[in-house]
Amino acid sequence: MSIRERLSGNEAIATAMRQINPDVFAMFPITPSTEIPQYYAQYVADGRVDTEFITVESEHSSLSACMGAEAAGVRAVTATSSAGLSFMNEVLYVAASSRLPIVLAVACRALTGPININHDYSDSMAERDSGFIQIYAENNQEVYDNYLQAHRIAEHPDVRLPLMICEDGFITSHAIENIELEEDDAVKKFVGEYHPGNYLLKKENPLAVGPYGVSNYYMEARVAQAQAMKNAKKVILDVAADFEKTFGRSYSFFEAYKMDDAEVAMVIMGSSAGTAKAAVDKLRAEGVKAGVIKIRVFRPFPGEELAAVLKGVKAVAVMDKSEGFSACGGPLFAETAGACINMPDRPLMADIVFGLGGRDFTVEAALSVFDRLKNIAATGEVGELYTHMGQRER
Amino acid sequence: MAYNLKQEMNKPERFHSGHRLCAGCGAGIVCRAMMRAVNPEDQAVICNATGCLEVSSFQYPYTAWEDSYIHTAFENASATASGVEAAYKIMKKKGKIEADRNIKILAIGGDGGTYDIGFQSLSGALERGHDFTYFCYDNNAYMNTGTQRSSATPRFASATTTPSGVESVGKKQNQKDLTQIVVMHGAPYVAQTTLFGNMKDFHEKAHRAIYTEGPTFVNCLTPCPRGWNYPAEDLLKICKAAIDTCVWPLYEVVNGEYRLTYEPKKKLPVEEFMKLQGRFKHCFAKGNEWTIEAAQEYVDKKWEELLSKCN
Amino acid sequence: MLSASEINEKIAWQDMTTGCEIYEPGTSRLTKTGEWRSRTPQWLQDKCKQCVLCAPFCPDASIPVKDGKREDFDYDHCKGCGICINACPFDAIVWKEEA
Repeated sequence: MSIRERLSGNEAIATAMRQINPDVFAMFPITPSTEIPQYYAQYVADGRVDTEFITVESEHSSLSACMGAEAAGVRAVTATSSAGLSFMNEVLYVAASSRLPIVLAVACRALTGPININHDYSDSMAERDSGFIQIYAENNQEVYDNYLQAHRIAEHPDVRLPLMICEDGFITSHAIENIELEEDDAVKKFVGEYHPGNYLLKKENPLAVGPYGVSNYYMEARVAQAQAMKNAKKVILDVAADFEKTFGRSYSFFEAYKMDDAEVAMVIMGSSAGTAKAAVDKLRAEGVKAGVIKIRVFRPFPGEELAAVLKGVKAVAVMDKSEGFSACGGPLFAETAGACINMPDRPLMADIVFGLGGRDFTVEAALSVFDRLKNIAATGEVGELYTHMGQRER
Repeated sequence: MAYNLKQEMNKPERFHSGHRLCAGCGAGIVCRAMMRAVNPEDQAVICNATGCLEVSSFQYPYTAWEDSYIHTAFENASATASGVEAAYKIMKKKGKIEADRNIKILAIGGDGGTYDIGFQSLSGALERGHDFTYFCYDNNAYMNTGTQRSSATPRFASATTTPSGVESVGKKQNQKDLTQIVVMHGAPYVAQTTLFGNMKDFHEKAHRAIYTEGPTFVNCLTPCPRGWNYPAEDLLKICKAAIDTCVWPLYEVVNGEYRLTYEPKKKLPVEEFMKLQGRFKHCFAKGNEWTIEAAQEYVDKKWEELLSKCN
Repeated sequence: MLSASEINEKIAWQDMTTGCEIYEPGTSRLTKTGEWRSRTPQWLQDKCKQCVLCAPFCPDASIPVKDGKREDFDYDHCKGCGICINACPFDAIVWKEEA
């Protein structure tokens, strides 16, 4: 039986962690993810979990400690945001190439500078090529549900990759919402035990991790890692199917909202999708065939599946909540456009960078994007391909 | 039990041949001795910082280690060890590791990975009190990248980023005294050693460090024939000169109590150490005599300080 | 479990170990570093007093000791650094005269 609760995103993650009871949690505080280890520290203090809780001296060390623990043979988790994730950068790549299925909760926050503690995806998008699986959430329920699925995906023998559970800083991490929690036992049963085949502390044989790989092996190692990320697609769907069977809530790579007959559509991520859906509802009432695609899984990127849903759509706005400084669009745009590249009747597409450093995104703003899309659909003219929205301008 | 070299050498090898350290590299001697100091019935996990040792001792698919080994990055051997130790604790607690199995967590890095880039994670792990032993093979510079100066490079040594020249007499700063800094963390066992005699000094310190509960530290002066510019076969001569000149004093600190473990019969002038190595060659050039005097003054001062702590 | 001896520069990516892990000890011995040697130490058994002082100072574990006595060099791995020559108090190790 599900339990009705009112929790913030951070508390939802901490609750999921408590139910899973990972062996090692290495933490370093940073706004807005700090609450996750704080809640967890209390669970440790109250004897509700038996996790080894390591209060390290930096995020670089928190992920390094997770690597040591995971390689040693146990489940290791951590949480961070923004500069903390950037500080982990080097170790993210090493954890992924060492194929250690660490689960990292990220309360996504802008990167400096200027220094800013509010939400955008600058931090997680900067690590999109680190080799971590990335799963994003629109709200607290999704954060919780994603976390319950994380270990099974990451630890699957065909995958063995670390995984980021991403929530929107403050918007999701701190806002309190109604949420359905699952029973502790049901969660434990769903997630299961961790049984790595080889680990540092194994009695029967030693394990050596993290070699120097000369050119004769490096390419092959990277191809194998790339294949693991491809394999993750099936595993993500399989775990989601089992999750639905067990707990009744349905997940896939993305949510296609009113896309069946959509002529204009927005591709967007996270909590902003809720705003976009409200705009679509309004437009649908007016007879406009508008839809939204909310990307849940950014790594592996569901390119083929996304292209299939965008087929027949006339104009698409890709909403990037991070600035890539490429001078030709943000990361979500690059992926979406790339996914459609070989589609015969691909939609016209524009990139809009919005919401940086916590700048509001309103239903009115979403409606103005759809206005532009209607115009693109009617005229066939995209206009400026890459624009920003919501900033003051002369 | 009294140290017996023959018994030690009878032990099965735990750092194997076929590694790719340079001919005459002191780090190979350190690793072999470090692993002999782990009781044969105990297993070990080695957490290695990036450096010469890492690229040489685990080049895919060839590991020189008998025991489990992990390398993650340059600056985080201690943090990685913290995670391994935490895993060991919880697995013991949950009965996933048999109560009678003893696994020793060792971290090892060069002076770059220990004194400099790895200093933060070392300090953090010492402060948190993890049960592990950190071995530093201090070869006085960043050797893996080609002898750039580190904070362990002694004053006046020529390194590739502090070369001697018309306007330069090598590195301007004295060596960071990392051993003292580790002592200040309150670690229960801290020692300085090097490679000499019958390796008794190294072995006893390493063994005591490994079998003392809590974070322990062994700093081993480890000559590098290429970086120090001397013939590889002279390693023992150089180590002996380092201890007889008191450039590298041998001592241990047990729960804050200092003990000198070697006192030269006759303290030799510092040039006896310097003259053996090309990295100090410019100090012997006409007009640079003052460098040897300054080096001597510093060594004397540090030695007196140490003696006063040991009494 | 794939053994290091089966891993070489001709195998396909599908046949490598996950994450480039190795599951067995001491596979470095497969590398014959003796090929690096430009000079060769020679053990003069008749001069040797079996003090084994040379053995711990070999960086390449190439002076095998059995039952407290050293044996001849492991020339498959000895890199010819010469540290052992100076470690010996009895001149029982010398450079081999190369022809």
